[in-house]
Amino acid sequence: MIYKETGQYKSSYKSDHAIFPLLQDKIAFSTLMFIAFLIIPFVINSYWEKAILVPFLIFSLAAIGLNILTGYCGQVSLGTGGFMAVGAFSTYKIMTYFPDMNIMIIILISGLITAAVGIIFGLPSLRIKGFYLAVATLASQFFLVWLFNKVPWFYNYSDTGQITVSERTMFGIPVTGAEAPSYATYLFCLVLVVTLSFAAKNLIRSKMGRSWMAIRDMDIAAEIIGVPPLKTKLSAFAISSFYIGVAGALYFAVFLGAIEVTESFDIMTISFPVLFMIIIGGLGSMLGSFLGAAFVVTLPIGLKFLMVDMVGLSAVTAKHFEITIWGLLMIVFLIVEPHGLARLWSIAKEKLRRWPFPY
Amino acid sequence: MSVEFLNFIETVLNGLMSGVMYSLVALGFVLIFKASGVFNFAQGVFALFAALTLVGYQTGQVPFAHLINELFGTNYHNWYASMPNFLAILLTMVTMIALAWIIERLVLKHLVNQDPIILFMATIGLAFALEGVGDLMWGSDVKVLDVGIPSGGSVWLEEATIGLAAEGSDYYGMYVDVLNIWATIIAVILVVSLALFSQYTKTGRALRAVADDHQAALSVGISLRSIWILVWAISGFIAMVAGIMWGTESGVQFSLSLIALKALPVLILGGFTSIPGAIIGGLLIGVGEKLAEIYIGGYFETGAIENWFAYVMALVFLLFRPQGLFGDKIIERV
Repeated sequence: MIYKETGQYKSSYKSDHAIFPLLQDKIAFSTLMFIAFLIIPFVINSYWEKAILVPFLIFSLAAIGLNILTGYCGQVSLGTGGFMAVGAFSTYKIMTYFPDMNIMIIILISGLITAAVGIIFGLPSLRIKGFYLAVATLASQFFLVWLFNKVPWFYNYSDTGQITVSERTMFGIPVTGAEAPSYATYLFCLVLVVTLSFAAKNLIRSKMGRSWMAIRDMDIAAEIIGVPPLKTKLSAFAISSFYIGVAGALYFAVFLGAIEVTESFDIMTISFPVLFMIIIGGLGSMLGSFLGAAFVVTLPIGLKFLMVDMVGLSAVTAKHFEITIWGLLMIVFLIVEPHGLARLWSIAKEKLRRWPFPY
Repeated sequence: MSVEFLNFIETVLNGLMSGVMYSLVALGFVLIFKASGVFNFAQGVFALFAALTLVGYQTGQVPFAHLINELFGTNYHNWYASMPNFLAILLTMVTMIALAWIIERLVLKHLVNQDPIILFMATIGLAFALEGVGDLMWGSDVKVLDVGIPSGGSVWLEEATIGLAAEGSDYYGMYVDVLNIWATIIAVILVVSLALFSQYTKTGRALRAVADDHQAALSVGISLRSIWILVWAISGFIAMVAGIMWGTESGVQFSLSLIALKALPVLILGGFTSIPGAIIGGLLIGVGEKLAEIYIGGYFETGAIENWFAYVMALVFLLFRPQGLFGDKIIERV
């Protein structure tokens, strides 16, 4: 009953191609956007901003990026942390060289730089496939983190090796630095995430996206029917890296403010969690990227609340428990629903279509 | 012989020996990959877990002591003061076999016929879970592991080589860690006994049959599941050996599990499916790393290139041979 599509006719090509073809979806999406843009900014506080909303938005973006590469084009990458570091450090370097440039432009340029780096590290994918490629992308992770850690030019020869963001404004309101109000950082991320998600969704529905999926499903067959593997794989690497680079730039400039590369962009803190997000959310699904990011960001908070505040374990023991539960959840998810949360959602939609009269 | 040349030989020797340590980890990967098609990311954590357990048994720690003490306000720490090494190693082996059984029961059984990438992700989950359990069980402080393997420089080799340099040059002889020599000996014994086992015993032949073709093996009456348990137990055993070696060298701590990341370039260099590949790959990477650190590392004033050099080396190699040195030839059909 709730999710009934009966009576909703598509009478033009335009309506046939709509991103949300169903009225229910349109209403749900508009409500969500209304809440996100017009209600949350007024009620947001620093805790919600720092702990949940901003990391959720940033990791959604990273998850979309990785999903383009892994979910849509089928190239497994474990180098997400390295590419996010490229985004962060490009932002930092551009900020120091062009102090007057608008922060939005800086972040987008950082994305482009990351895309270029992504193309370079994507080159092996033309020869190497599967696990060999996954391990090869680890090379980019280790190399990039080493580069930013050991070459002083990247962190402007500071003693600690840390990079720190300076204050930048949009329309007169600071969005980076310690003084930035919660609603400003939130809205800044939200605008970028919403715009880029729409761009990604449309890219995936375009010729480029279809050729990615052709390569993913069977690369030789795709090549035979005329999908150029070189262009397709490298474009997937470039666009995926662009998203991941923007996420990295936001992670540094808007979210953390000051970072130390070996700590913030470690394989254990970024690469695996982001891969986990797209697996848990659903490979090859836009919605999945968001669901996975939400899950991964909120779970530790929930677990910590449960174990430290309710049961009264010490922080260290709780941390160990958290790692264990992470691992077990990953396994359970893969066994019970290997297509992720997005699949659960589509099952729920099926059920809702006939509810409450299933026969 | 000139001092430079002797130094070169020393570097190569040390590289070979650290390569043996990588091979030990890579061997566990290859065994599991061949037999069950699972790329077991948890191999490094296996080593950590085995080393933690061994220390725990040796010193008589109460498992989950921290957790129990925090929950019930008790103060348990040790059951007994010490345990003979032999018994502790035996108990650790039993534990690793039990672990293999649990993994097969709880994880692998449910994931038969899934995509390799799903299985890979599951082993990442396994790595996280096992690491958490290890820490909960035995505590996360750095522990000293001593099973009686000597360490420190080899005096014998130093004295044997001191005369090789030309007269008058102040050459002090080669420095090689005794621990590494022992590791090499143990690795050789391990590989030889593995080879003998898989060639001459019934179970070993069944193991190779499963590695060759799952379905054919099933159809001649080999139980896939018991073979899988066996393979995971063997790689658990190899992980224990690796854990003992690495643990003796640098203490038992979380970073031990990162040796898995060290072993990955070895794997892609040698090929995922080849045991000789794992060994030769390990030696190549070990030597390459040490030589690079000394002869190329100097050009980067920042040093510490060993973090990524192995990967780049493996990567360059892969461009010419995408299946690794000894890996199965990749045949693609539509």
